[in-house]
Amino acid sequence: VGEITIHHYLYLSAILFFIGVFGVLFRRNLIVMFMSIELMLNAVNLSFVTFARYSSTMDGLVIAFFVMALAAAEAGIGLAILVMLFRNRTTVQADDLTLMRD
Amino acid sequence: MQALMFYIFAVLSVAGAVVMVSRKNPLSGAFALVVSLVALAGLFAMLSAEFIFILQILVYAGAIMVLVIFTIMLLNLDEKELHEARVGKLQVFILLAVCAVCVVGFVNVFSHIPAVVTAVGPDFGSIEGVGREMLGDYLYPFEVISLVLLVAIVGVVLLAKKVI
Repeated sequence: VGEITIHHYLYLSAILFFIGVFGVLFRRNLIVMFMSIELMLNAVNLSFVTFARYSSTMDGLVIAFFVMALAAAEAGIGLAILVMLFRNRTTVQADDLTLMRD
Repeated sequence: MQALMFYIFAVLSVAGAVVMVSRKNPLSGAFALVVSLVALAGLFAMLSAEFIFILQILVYAGAIMVLVIFTIMLLNLDEKELHEARVGKLQVFILLAVCAVCVVGFVNVFSHIPAVVTAVGPDFGSIEGVGREMLGDYLYPFEVISLVLLVAIVGVVLLAKKVI
């Protein structure tokens, strides 16, 4: 177990991001896809904070804060859309939402 | 000690994320995601970003996940509605390979940044330090963010109404 460098954090951030990508691409449940997007935002936040720490500037922290504020707005809107969708179509599966195709 | 803490938090966050993506039931997925987010908060604390650490607990693991869990429980999906088609193994392996290449590429792009930490003052990452930065150089983005939040509130109220 050696010293923790910037690469450790960046690898972790990239791995978490791609777990989120897997969730969005391979899951059809809209709630799980939504949570995967939250995970991706968080992975990017980890990158921002890591860069801020390793370059000793605080800009990354401010941007991480902005990402969090946008994620909160996105969560509110996204879940409202989800509830409305469920009320109208009684499904949360992306495969069942073929209104534009049929 | 530092390294041990890093690996504990890293394993917890990856494990939580994997469980979240792979569980069929979104509720157990949501709780796994909470574990992942709290572990990430620990990593933010290790990076001496105490303001972001507090926000991660309050906003992410607190407010946003409560909202998600509340929605999941409100919808109260049954077994039939949770059914999903299985994904092909080939697709998973192809994406896994692409992701592995991207991960290594992403980390090596930033090889010019110093890889070890330098000491920072006590102000770094504190609420006061980030606040000064936020209301100084980043004043206009900060105002725009507040506008975005206002628009989001109006949008949610409109969406939640039964008849528009």
